[in-house]
Amino acid sequence: MINKSSKLNSKIFEKDIEMVANRQGYGEGLVMAGEKDEKVVVLSADLKESTRSILFEERFPDRYIEAGVAEQALATIAAGMANYGKIPFISSYAAFSPGRNWEQIRTTIALNDVPVKIAGAHAGLTVGPDGATHQMLEDISIMRAMPNMIVLAPCDSIEAKKATVEAAKNGKPTYIRFAREKTPVFTTQDSPFKIGRAETFWESKDPQVAIIACGPLVYEALLAAKDLEKNGIDSLVINCHTVKPLDEQAIIRAARTTGAVVTVEENQITGGLGGAVSELLAKNFPAPMEFIGMPDCFGESGAPDELLEKYGMKSKDIIGAAKRVIARKEI
Amino acid sequence: MLTGRKSRSSFNMGKVSIEELQKKANEIRKDIIKMLLEAGSGHSAGPLGMADIFTALYFAILNHDPKKPDWPQRDRLILSNGHIAPVLYATMAHAGYFPISKLKTLRKLGSGLQGHPERTKLPGVETTSGPLGSGLAQAAGYAYAARMDGARFRVFCLTSDAEHQEGNHWEAVAFAGKYNLSNLTAIVDRNNIQISGHTEDIMPLEPLADKYKAFSWHVLDVDGHNMQEIVDAVNHARAVYENPTVIIAHTIPGKGVGFMEYDFKWHGAAPGATDIPGEPPKKEQAKIALAQLRTLGGKIKSEHE
Repeated sequence: MINKSSKLNSKIFEKDIEMVANRQGYGEGLVMAGEKDEKVVVLSADLKESTRSILFEERFPDRYIEAGVAEQALATIAAGMANYGKIPFISSYAAFSPGRNWEQIRTTIALNDVPVKIAGAHAGLTVGPDGATHQMLEDISIMRAMPNMIVLAPCDSIEAKKATVEAAKNGKPTYIRFAREKTPVFTTQDSPFKIGRAETFWESKDPQVAIIACGPLVYEALLAAKDLEKNGIDSLVINCHTVKPLDEQAIIRAARTTGAVVTVEENQITGGLGGAVSELLAKNFPAPMEFIGMPDCFGESGAPDELLEKYGMKSKDIIGAAKRVIARKEI
Repeated sequence: MLTGRKSRSSFNMGKVSIEELQKKANEIRKDIIKMLLEAGSGHSAGPLGMADIFTALYFAILNHDPKKPDWPQRDRLILSNGHIAPVLYATMAHAGYFPISKLKTLRKLGSGLQGHPERTKLPGVETTSGPLGSGLAQAAGYAYAARMDGARFRVFCLTSDAEHQEGNHWEAVAFAGKYNLSNLTAIVDRNNIQISGHTEDIMPLEPLADKYKAFSWHVLDVDGHNMQEIVDAVNHARAVYENPTVIIAHTIPGKGVGFMEYDFKWHGAAPGATDIPGEPPKKEQAKIALAQLRTLGGKIKSEHE
């Protein structure tokens, strides 16, 4: 059942739940962060409309800087601005930033240790028809590997807004990934959010499996948990919005409680959230694991839902993985 | 005694004569050879070629205080081609940022003098650099942010010529041109060599001045070993209100050490580290270099007496 303290939307499992793209939360979060701190500036590489940084430009035109289609400059200009004392958010698609400008981010932001916030929009498979070139599925992996970098993957538009506002205050290089598609708004203003703290969204009496998810797929994980419970399988669902630093205590505790783990992400299984969780558990509490995510291949054009279906990221796939991992536990 | 400049009010070369700057540059060259010999690796040609420009900047141009490296009003020197770190470190030490004795820790474990400069490791280093082509954009972002706040300091970006082969650099040229960042001055070390040959053979850069002009930059050409020309060009740039200025400084790689001059083989090599065909034996390299620099010291003296 839903963990009451997570204060999720009471309409969570209803058909008419509100649908908003979580990148919208980024735009709204930028405006709020900008109101709170005049050091916040926003840069975009010719994608202000679709990254929603246009909302910030409309409110603070003098603090919005257009970098043109030049993601390497986007990162390095922001590095200079942060070095001076600004808090820059750089907005583009994840395939280009941090995809194309990874080395610039590594050297001039992470190693330099200046607080640039990298917003990667249109991340994941659900960019859909644009195809494999634009379906960034490696961003969590490449950003997680970078020292000094915080990595966030908010689950809906409300959490995206909170993540943006919190990132402005953390004083650290930070990557936040956002999705293009409208997805259910299932958290509320009152849902707890703290960078570095995983939240248990679902907790049944005698959980046999822990489902650890990030991004909009947390919703699919909750649908899976509901179905599993109906079929007599209790589970935990953890919203692991901060992939780095991982909430180690919460994850080890979940593994101890259940003895079986499924990770869920719209990223390559290689090096993503699943990689992070398995690195942690291999050392601290080895437990059987199953991984929902991209199986070391590129995507293709298609409707978002068709793609999630084809690459096995729907609730039914999570249910299957949960059953498999529980079975392995009993060996 | 020569020390780092303290305030802009005295900006006019004041007590620092051209001759003193030349002497100082020669001392810095000798320290570059010594620190590279001690480190056993690193780049020689670029640091020697840029010694005059670094000396002019730290002793006659920059508004800075070596005792307060985080002084908010200081001019910013962003070094883009981080591999010439030895000349940055040697000049900073002579200016008083840290003891000259520390130069021998270059590239050693635990040293603030990393193989390529890091902002968080050594006070006074403005940014982390090494991977080429990323300095000008950082300098441009810095200048843009400073202008937003009405800050009066100037931002200087030192770049190599070969890093003009990087796309990131030209993105920054376009950005600074578009936003008329007149508080930004770029100084290009036009020494015509890069690690595997001559720039025009590897990937031609000319017509470099015309390229900058096409991006709305103000372009100046100087002899990068003529102190007066360097200082005058920077003053000229201060007076240009409409655009950022680039000073294309023509330099001799390896300047001051005969067997290194104009020779791309010394771009990425350190004296005393390896035997290079056609060059003095490795045991002799530093000795010969230092002897030549000492002689040069004598030459400067005689020229001005």
